Amino acid sequence: MAAKASRVAKADRRSRQLELVPVARPVAEPPAPTPVPAPGPAEDAAAGATESRRPKRRATAEEMATRQREISISEFFTKNRHLLGFDNPSKALLTTIKEAVDNSLDACEEAGILPEITIGVRDLGFEASGELTKGEGRFVVSVEDNGPGIVKAQAPKIFGKLLYGSKFHRLKQSRGQQGIGISAAAMYGQLTTGQPIRVVSRTGKGKPTHSFDIQIDTRKNSPVVTRDETLDDWHQDHGTRVDLEIVANWQSGQKFVNRYVEHTSLANPHCTVHYLRPKQARLSFPRATSELPKEALEIRPHPHGVELGALMTMAGDSKSHDVKGFLQTSFSRVSAQVAGEILKHAGLRERMRPREIAGDRDLAEKLHRGIQGTKIMAPPVNCLSPIGDALMRQGLVSFLSVIETEGPDGEDGQLDLDQAAKTKGKKGKAKPAPAPEPAEVEAEEGVEKIKGHDYFIATVTRPPRVYRGNPFQVEVGLAHGGSWPADRPVELFRFANRVPLLFQRGACGIHEAVVKTDWRNYLLSQPKGSLPVGPMALLVHIASVWVPFTSESKEAVAPYPEIIREIQLAAQECGRKLAAHIRKRQHADYQAQRRSIFELYIHEVAQAIGKIVGRSPDPIRREFMRVAEKVTEADLASQDAKLEEAAEKTARRPRRSEEDE
Amino acid sequence: MARMDAVSKRTVGKIEKLAESVIRAVKGGGNPFVEIPVRSLANVRFNEKKRVVELGNQRQKRYFFNVSMAKKFMQTFLVSDACKELIESGKTTSIRDLYYITKHSIGDTKQNTFEEQDESDPIIEDIEVALDALREELHLFASRKGTMVGPITIRDSGDTIDLRRMGSGGWGVPSIVEENVIQFGRHEAKYVLLVEKDAVWSRFNEDKFWKRQNAIIIHGGGQPPRGVRRMVQRLHRELKLPVYVLVDNDPWGFYIYSVVKQGSINLAFESMRMAVPDARFIGLSSFDKVTYKLPSNVAIKMDDGDVARARQMLAYPWFQAKQWQAEIQEMVKSGVKYELEALSRRGISFITEEYLPTKLKEKDWIA
Repeated sequence: MAAKASRVAKADRRSRQLELVPVARPVAEPPAPTPVPAPGPAEDAAAGATESRRPKRRATAEEMATRQREISISEFFTKNRHLLGFDNPSKALLTTIKEAVDNSLDACEEAGILPEITIGVRDLGFEASGELTKGEGRFVVSVEDNGPGIVKAQAPKIFGKLLYGSKFHRLKQSRGQQGIGISAAAMYGQLTTGQPIRVVSRTGKGKPTHSFDIQIDTRKNSPVVTRDETLDDWHQDHGTRVDLEIVANWQSGQKFVNRYVEHTSLANPHCTVHYLRPKQARLSFPRATSELPKEALEIRPHPHGVELGALMTMAGDSKSHDVKGFLQTSFSRVSAQVAGEILKHAGLRERMRPREIAGDRDLAEKLHRGIQGTKIMAPPVNCLSPIGDALMRQGLVSFLSVIETEGPDGEDGQLDLDQAAKTKGKKGKAKPAPAPEPAEVEAEEGVEKIKGHDYFIATVTRPPRVYRGNPFQVEVGLAHGGSWPADRPVELFRFANRVPLLFQRGACGIHEAVVKTDWRNYLLSQPKGSLPVGPMALLVHIASVWVPFTSESKEAVAPYPEIIREIQLAAQECGRKLAAHIRKRQHADYQAQRRSIFELYIHEVAQAIGKIVGRSPDPIRREFMRVAEKVTEADLASQDAKLEEAAEKTARRPRRSEEDE
Repeated sequence: MARMDAVSKRTVGKIEKLAESVIRAVKGGGNPFVEIPVRSLANVRFNEKKRVVELGNQRQKRYFFNVSMAKKFMQTFLVSDACKELIESGKTTSIRDLYYITKHSIGDTKQNTFEEQDESDPIIEDIEVALDALREELHLFASRKGTMVGPITIRDSGDTIDLRRMGSGGWGVPSIVEENVIQFGRHEAKYVLLVEKDAVWSRFNEDKFWKRQNAIIIHGGGQPPRGVRRMVQRLHRELKLPVYVLVDNDPWGFYIYSVVKQGSINLAFESMRMAVPDARFIGLSSFDKVTYKLPSNVAIKMDDGDVARARQMLAYPWFQAKQWQAEIQEMVKSGVKYELEALSRRGISFITEEYLPTKLKEKDWIA
């Protein structure tokens, strides 16, 4: 929206500039139409040459018509696979895993099953030669879940047809949105290795286990089942497993996968993830809670979010008799009264047929304007399923436990398992850490002791808000301290509907919002236009029925002002908690330091004074200690005031004013 | 415990009172403190009438519960305690000794009560002014420096000493020369000559200048220590002897004279006991280089520090006399300074046989 506004402004400026140019223009009479256009110099030259220089007609409309035909969506994406995140073999590895895991988690949650997912990567080159493939090579990616399974009849379409799915036509918070993901992965595999996607699925105990090989007819965008068997036995009572053979680059792509697995378990604390890698020990992220997230509800679209074309389509699809009924049934928050108001604003009859609207652009535009001009209650927001404060905390705690076990940050400052592999040798066999009980006796609220390191954890879940008629909700969690370096930019973990976003950080609205927040108010340093610096990880999650991604590969969130603002508010709230913690810690340090100085000297003073007055030093010492406590506290109060003042001073420095509630 | 005289009893009483005040303050929940008169130029003034430098009324409170003062507070009582023990046992010791007595590590830390003697010396001075007790009353003395010889007999701690028969070494002036230690006996002295340094004093002694001139000659090894200054004041007051000061012709020498005459900033609280406002500056004057034909090659170029110091002294209230302004300005103008030894250019005993007798005869001094 902002972009559009600026474009308008630019156009404006341009036209104004034009007006400034002093050109003698005929005011009254328009330029007379010349029957024969005056030949320009170029044309003149061409005309002056031979006739044969005139471009020759190459094809007739009829000839061209023979070449014009439908492009299947599959063919389109074959050529434009970067749009779906299959730009190169290392990224394709991650995208394949991600699409499969997204589907598994969505299915488990919808069915009400606590997910347990096994992600496997096999290096076929390694299995053949005993040496890890360097660079590109053939890999088999497998993702297995304990979900509800897939009905036999649906399986081919789900995996073998692009834009087929349950999630596109509804407004509901889910990981997948378009119905492209897994079939695109299957197509990528087929394209690079010629191998079909292999699916094993079972819908329940006592039910048969089906195993398919599915290929995609890219011309027709339709599945071809090349193998269909029923297995006698399978170790899962219910669930689905997909195996995809793809060309990938494990060497350079594994760090993304590692990060994805870590972050997925962070944002999905109800999920257990097992991770099998070539030539490495199995890694497990146990679930931190056995409570399923609140079920996300499906909602009807909100009138304010609908665009003209969509409005016409919806009107055409409506089964209502009149336009008033159409408005009431197709949209949320439209009562009979509201529908009446809309139509009054639009100047339309209530009894008009929805089909008339669908067929008439002018009428549709009237209705659209009427909708925009009517005040309508915000859409229902109880449809969202945020992670929640408590679970976000648990997620962070168990995530940090694994990180602490596996070793510190990687070379590029990212928390990462790559580094873990290198340090593992020293530590001996790393065992997955069980998630510690978060409700241990704590010295300070919000501080968690993880593997001997103190982390301060703060979480904020904002109330749901609306952008363009779509409800969304922002959550921010931060973990500060521990074994992280204090001189590096903070780690920013971005999530949309619980899916980690690993690429295109700079283009992402989440990053923009965090950078725009003035963290100096919260006692962190922050170079201008950058992430703050400090031993901190920041988790930002956007839950929405429709997350506005900047592309189909779902790597960055579009910077809608409403979303940016919500993230900033949540970040600020977290920041305030953090500042209170940092201040408290500074006090504690200061107090301890003060105490120890006084305690040291009190002993000496009491000894000397006791000797001078000829009495025992002990009661004198006790009196001194009593005053010491009182004095240190009073002094701390003034120290407090000083810190507060310093913080205010930084806040007053003009950079960006803090938008606050 | 040795029997104490009245002075010692009073001093011990003062120390105990200080400790009691701290205990009272702490019991009342307050922040205990020691009140100490400020010893700096800002709290020093020149008493025109008495012609001495005096300590003003500014006092600072040294609190215990203040991170920057706590250590000094502690040190104050460590030294107080040590002094009380010295007094009660009737022993006297050096301030260096006291530093070792009170130095130990605190608790099981690597921190010491005192790291350097530089830390304990000012604490002693603090206690002197805080208790209004003299250093000798605290049974402390500074390292001894300063020698005396002359036509006088004294009693030192019960021993009779004839200062006419001190050979080439002279008699070492102790740090404590109060009446209870030193008493004056028979003498034929007409004046006291305080010279700046040992080497020049040795020339005067070898030439038996004291015998010829009936003068008590004394030196303080640079800036004279308290014992020497107190001795000079007693000779001046009790025996009514005029005092002449012979120092190098440089800012440092002038300042030595001024300290003898009206007291120092640091020890302003003791000026009354040490200053000799009538002390006369006999040399080396900035104008002597002409009068006594000193060749320019015995002059030393003044460095920046010298010039700055000279300028500073021009502003001191006790250097405002016309003659002094002329002396200092001449020195600054010429940019050179002279040591007393420069006079030896005119002959090894020029200073004792020509220079000083001439100056005295011609009353060529500044009062």
